[in-house]
Amino acid sequence: MSREALTGSRIRERRVMAGQKQADLAKEIGISASYLNLIEHNRRRIGGKLLLNISAALGVEPTALTEGAEVALISTLREAADEAGLTGPEVTRADEFAGRFPGWADVLASTQRRIATLVRTIETLTDRLAHDPHLAASMHELLTTAAAIRSTASILADTKTLEPEWRDRFHVNIDQDSRRLADSAQALVGYLEADPETTPAASSPQEEVEAFLEAHRFRFATLEAAGHDDNAIDALAQAAPELQSAAARHIARNVLHQVALDADALPITQLAAAVQEHGPDPMLLAQHCRQPVGRILRRMAAMPELRAGLLVCDRSGTVIFRKSVDGFSVPRFGACCPLWPLFSVLGHPGLVVRDRLEQLGRGHSEFDCIATSEVQSAPGYNMQPLVQSVMLILPAQGPAAQKLDVGSTCRVCPREHCPARREPSILNGGV
Amino acid sequence: MAKHVVLVEDETNIAEAIRFLLGREGWRVETLANGSTAVDVIRKVSPDLVILDVMLPGKSGFEILKDLRADPVFVDLPILMLTARGQARDREMAEGAGVSRFMTKPFSNAEVLDAVRALTATTPSTP
Repeated sequence: MSREALTGSRIRERRVMAGQKQADLAKEIGISASYLNLIEHNRRRIGGKLLLNISAALGVEPTALTEGAEVALISTLREAADEAGLTGPEVTRADEFAGRFPGWADVLASTQRRIATLVRTIETLTDRLAHDPHLAASMHELLTTAAAIRSTASILADTKTLEPEWRDRFHVNIDQDSRRLADSAQALVGYLEADPETTPAASSPQEEVEAFLEAHRFRFATLEAAGHDDNAIDALAQAAPELQSAAARHIARNVLHQVALDADALPITQLAAAVQEHGPDPMLLAQHCRQPVGRILRRMAAMPELRAGLLVCDRSGTVIFRKSVDGFSVPRFGACCPLWPLFSVLGHPGLVVRDRLEQLGRGHSEFDCIATSEVQSAPGYNMQPLVQSVMLILPAQGPAAQKLDVGSTCRVCPREHCPARREPSILNGGV
Repeated sequence: MAKHVVLVEDETNIAEAIRFLLGREGWRVETLANGSTAVDVIRKVSPDLVILDVMLPGKSGFEILKDLRADPVFVDLPILMLTARGQARDREMAEGAGVSRFMTKPFSNAEVLDAVRALTATTPSTP
């Protein structure tokens, strides 16, 4: 999302709060009411002198109008400050920094994101070294052969009076083992060099997948048409320039399989017609289309007109799929806010939860989140099923009786006295 | 009577080298290339020393070690373990399971002989 994207909404909000008419404000700052209307609906980018004029007319700081859009940037800056151990009064002034030096702030934030990515790459590589069974087996082979050669060679070298039978025997052994050592050393080098694609340099597999899905706008015409077709899925995954790593292609194929299954069972045109008739209420749609709620949620995320986000997590709570939506931030790495309905339904397959959510911070965007958890594995007697939980994030429609304040992740969440807090927030002083 | 060692090692060339070394020192060496029968054989022959590889077909060196230590007869039996994985975790596991000595490959012959001498010097000689 562009940083200016929500500035218009903030202007409108402030103007309405001040009880001022659109036409009056437009006149005061010397623009046409229709132009102000475009700005307020985020159809025109705004900055510079006009922003200063509007903020002066509304009696607010310019940053108060833009900062709503800068949540992600500022929380990244705060993360950077926290990781660098920044203390003192400047800690709370990330927003001021971003406001005064937007270019530098972007540089710092993108550097911070890159560091997070690199840290993850290093962790992946370390994991690979420590847990890669092939590598462990190769090392074992090398050391074992080296041990055999060392023992045998030193017997040959150290034993003054070695019977000819033993000597011949050991010569044969050492010859065998040295060949084996050469072969396994070669195989190991080959293994280490052969597979550069498992070490993504720039981003995590999850991010590659999201970029891939984004490029297709979460919609795959070939799968909608062909239905479940492994060849079509492989072709899509192989052809995607975004999918750099083998891991990303693996994840993408899983996602596409689900898309194909869903498209087979509920073509998007059928769902679109149902939405026309019943509105975007997943429960009504599920009843009407006779489809599981989880499928309805996934399919609704593939309708761009709904501007919905989607999250899927597995039984461990790990987010395995995400479609981002402006104003609802999902931490790139690490743990999400446990208050999300996505997680509250995990232990209750079949339960559907609907909540009005606001992510605390500066976005002030509200969402209707519908979550359900469904069994994902094939059934077996006396087997605990694997479950997946799905949450659709719809921009809020109309008022709601209750609102749930949630965060994105504890470190950047200002909520006080939160029973679910895992670690202190770095937003000391609040927002 | 010659001292008796059971050597459980699936690498035949390593087993052969150790057999030669210990044989020259006056040991009677019985080698096993498979882990699954090791505990039974050791019960039967009641050796003075056991040398165990960790990665064995059939049954791992750790399992054999645990089974032996669970038997009161073998609580004090000197057991030397050989591994090609020098990780601290393996050593801890072996020590937790009651190994007498732990050695990582590739070892030198002198190290093996020293370990064997040290282990058998501290135990009372077999009746």
